[in-house]
Amino acid sequence: MKLNTNSNAYIIIYSAILVVIVAFLLAFVYQALKPMQDANVALDVKKQILYSLNIRDLDGAEAEAKYAELINDTMDFAGQKILMAEINEEPIMIYEMKGMGLWGGISGYMSVRLDPEKGGFSVYGAYFNHESETAGLGAEIKDSQEWQEKFIGKRILDDDTKHVVLSVVKKVENPECQVDCVTGATLTSNGVDEMIKRTFGLWTGEYDVDMDEGELEKLMLKMALGIDSISDSKIQKMIKVKKVGEE
Amino acid sequence: MALFSKQNKEVFTNPLNLDHPILGQVLGICSALAVTSQLKPAIVMGLAVTVITAFANVIISIIRNTIPNRIRIVVQLVVVAALVTIVSQILKAFAYDVSVQLSVYVGLIITNCILMGRLEAFAMQNKPWPSFLDGVGNGLGYAMILVIVGAVRELLGRGTLLGFQIIPDACYDFGYVNNGMMTMPAMALILVGCVIWVHRAYFYKEK
Repeated sequence: MKLNTNSNAYIIIYSAILVVIVAFLLAFVYQALKPMQDANVALDVKKQILYSLNIRDLDGAEAEAKYAELINDTMDFAGQKILMAEINEEPIMIYEMKGMGLWGGISGYMSVRLDPEKGGFSVYGAYFNHESETAGLGAEIKDSQEWQEKFIGKRILDDDTKHVVLSVVKKVENPECQVDCVTGATLTSNGVDEMIKRTFGLWTGEYDVDMDEGELEKLMLKMALGIDSISDSKIQKMIKVKKVGEE
Repeated sequence: MALFSKQNKEVFTNPLNLDHPILGQVLGICSALAVTSQLKPAIVMGLAVTVITAFANVIISIIRNTIPNRIRIVVQLVVVAALVTIVSQILKAFAYDVSVQLSVYVGLIITNCILMGRLEAFAMQNKPWPSFLDGVGNGLGYAMILVIVGAVRELLGRGTLLGFQIIPDACYDFGYVNNGMMTMPAMALILVGCVIWVHRAYFYKEK
């Protein structure tokens, strides 16, 4: 018997079976490869952090070893990740940054050293990444090592106001704290500028911390007490006591 | 039936010369322009398209008699999309750097005209083995152009091949400068044009 391949019932059953088979196949492949992909992503993050410390051209195993050697602590403040490193016995802080480019998200790492002559801190190195900026224009923030190296040695905070002065601008007037933006990628450069201001502005009070008040208070209490394992109910009680005292 | 009969050989060699997907039919140009600024992604992209075209051709050819005529394009798309997703996942697991470099273009293989063209024009009418040869032939034809254009662009644009420096430092000391134009997509179009011209002028034979 020859099947009528043009009947409606056949078409519906055929497409249903096809889709189920393909779905199972894709789910299987995804599950099987997931551990390896996760390892690759984790290694890529470590490499990006090393790039921001001006350590480039390392292959997988070398990068892994170097990372373990240099990075000795990670902190989390209001969703902002900060890594501590030590290079030639000099402490370096690496700030994780997240922001918006023209077409999608941008991210990066900026390493900072203590520099009393430049308002307390100056840039040690920087690396930027993007999701979908235009190749040759916005993508230059990631591809151009030259551009990333322009950040090295720049001042971050103003001496008097303690506001973030490190910025990406079209016309550099103060080379101590300003970086020339990428030609043809004004909006992406503005994104980088905003990202830097927000990352460091959290600490100077220029930008609000992106979490609600209760949560922030809890975090501050935990940090002030120096304990990590305090229970939430106990913190609630302490906040209440504090509020009563204020009134 | 011999595996490499005269007819099958023609199926394999035609897309490399007479019916070349890029040179003869001018298909699949967009991705050819996008990924050829360096040699390595060009090679990986060429291989990926070859593998996907070959296996999509085989799968479609095996089920060609069961495919309802009215939804055949949908079925072809589902098969291609599944294969492309698998290849993209494998790249992410085993060649992460390359997959980052190729980024969206792997996904865009789904809409590569060469693939849909071969499925519709060849695999729907032919047995699996000739379809496989046809897929490999077309994929290699595509990869060949990518490699040629990629090699020229990387050599003149960056002075390297596969990341190794080819043009000696002495040349730079004499004032040689890398041609930044070569890294722009527009240059790929001009190079593909040159390749098509050379092909037409010296290798192309009218039937």
